[in-house]
Amino acid sequence: MATSPTRTDARRPGRWARLQARSIEQLHVRLESLIVLIALSTLMAILSPYFLSVSNFLNILLATSTIGVLAIAATFVLSSGGLDLSLGSVLGFSGVCGAAVAVKLGAPMPIAVIATIGAGALAGLVNGLIITRAFVPAFIVTLGMLGIARGLALVISDGRVIYGLPNAMVYLGQGRPFGIPMPVIIFIVTAIVTHMVLAYTRYGRHTLAIGDSENAARTSGINVDFHRLTLYVLSGGLAGLAGLLFATRINSGDPTAGIAYELTAITAAIIGGTNLFGGRGSILGTMIGALIMGVLQNGLNLLAVQSYYQQMAIGGVLILAVFIDQYQVRKESRI
Amino acid sequence: MTLLTVSGIRKSFGAVDVLHGVDFSVGAGEVLGLVGDNGAGKSTLMKIVTGMYKADAGDVVLGGTSVLDLSPGERRAKGIEMIYQDLALAKQQDVAANIFLGREPVRRVFGVNFVDRTKMKQDAQAMITRLGANLPAINRPVGSFSGGQQQSVAIARALTFNPKVVIMDEPTAALAVREVQGVLDLIRQLRDQGIGVILISHRLNDVLSVTDRIVVLHHGRAAANLVTKETTMTDVVSAIVGGGDMAEAAAHEAQG
Repeated sequence: MATSPTRTDARRPGRWARLQARSIEQLHVRLESLIVLIALSTLMAILSPYFLSVSNFLNILLATSTIGVLAIAATFVLSSGGLDLSLGSVLGFSGVCGAAVAVKLGAPMPIAVIATIGAGALAGLVNGLIITRAFVPAFIVTLGMLGIARGLALVISDGRVIYGLPNAMVYLGQGRPFGIPMPVIIFIVTAIVTHMVLAYTRYGRHTLAIGDSENAARTSGINVDFHRLTLYVLSGGLAGLAGLLFATRINSGDPTAGIAYELTAITAAIIGGTNLFGGRGSILGTMIGALIMGVLQNGLNLLAVQSYYQQMAIGGVLILAVFIDQYQVRKESRI
Repeated sequence: MTLLTVSGIRKSFGAVDVLHGVDFSVGAGEVLGLVGDNGAGKSTLMKIVTGMYKADAGDVVLGGTSVLDLSPGERRAKGIEMIYQDLALAKQQDVAANIFLGREPVRRVFGVNFVDRTKMKQDAQAMITRLGANLPAINRPVGSFSGGQQQSVAIARALTFNPKVVIMDEPTAALAVREVQGVLDLIRQLRDQGIGVILISHRLNDVLSVTDRIVVLHHGRAAANLVTKETTMTDVVSAIVGGGDMAEAAAHEAQG
């Protein structure tokens, strides 16, 4: 491995390790997940003649957009050492809130959009306040919110789907400027912005530090409790955005929208390299994780594989991803 | 010149009184040893100085002004640094991220503050070089380093922002012999630079060799305030356990 015979340092990293280190340092992405995505795409392209096309590519992105936004929320909370199990319910709750404001109250589009995202952020604020002020574990609080937000969605909508959103709103879910679906545009812009925040701002670096060692963060003078609170508000707000994408795409506020989505979102984040126990995570990685799931589902659909097998495949990929990750971490460090 | 004055500090956790009015001070360029048995209140006292705990009564004065109402971050900014026994490092983050945690330099791009990684890495490398620490790579997670290397990172974090007072909690407890000498040399260097150092240690040999004064905590009180030059191991051990003839215990300690 040594490039010159005079150097016999056994710990000198090889080319792969150096590439990996650069990728992690500059893009905050582990190379394995990228390789899996490329390998999977290549396999699907070989197996199905329909896979490699612009329209199919946009289909994958469109199918990934709602879960992708939720996975961004999951990445922020998980990498801070927290957990948000209420993502799917908050998606449904905020979609119903937005639809109710637009249809029942007849509010104009911008107000309805703010109401949708705001409803999610409010649910997140409640989560965050109880977690940071009352010291109830995040698992319990967000599990409780999973039930509360779903129940509220059913109460507000009287258990029925609220149809007939105004056209200006439906455009957000069904519009196609330059042939690109609006949800895909919103998803990608959100991903870029949040990637920059998590990877390159003090807010993002503090998020990871809190997840890594709360003690280190506290002794460094970071206001850990307030930071945690803002993360749950952000998570709820992003779930609200996902609710907006979902509702505007199906042109209605469905109180049963997003059931069990939080598990899919957490799966995408973890396949993308987020540490379930905090300290490590990147939005770009999560996007790759979400795309691996999207490509897998899309490819298996094109190959006409029963959807039951798709769930098994995604479950298998999740376990495999964490196995590879643990193996690498063990090899590289002595934690 | 007195740098840090701690006066009348009281603290209780529920029904347990930990500190009953502790007074001590550290001057610029002075090394103060803080010793006492387990449970004497050393760590609690230091956490009150850094702002991690709130005192029930008393005052902490740095350079003439009280810092009692300041948060831990604000006290760090005023120059009170502490190296914790467990080092308080974020182990999955790299060296630069740890050294600059909570104080990352930023660069404004399009009106948004981004962390200046280049500057962080350069400054971190410069600090590590200045300390003469031997780290495998600066861009590796600190959790992959040895105990001594991790301690170098914790020390670098405390010294990067020109501190006035540095508190070290058991800095030599987990180190090899050669590394212990390195830490003691560093403490002397800090003293020569006019920094006030508070050294908490169970290794009385280290305390006697490097400090100017020794404060002994016993049952939450400053039981003794000794000038190191005029003090023997027996005096210190006797004050720690609370009187009596301690010649035998002191002899045992002196053997190290």
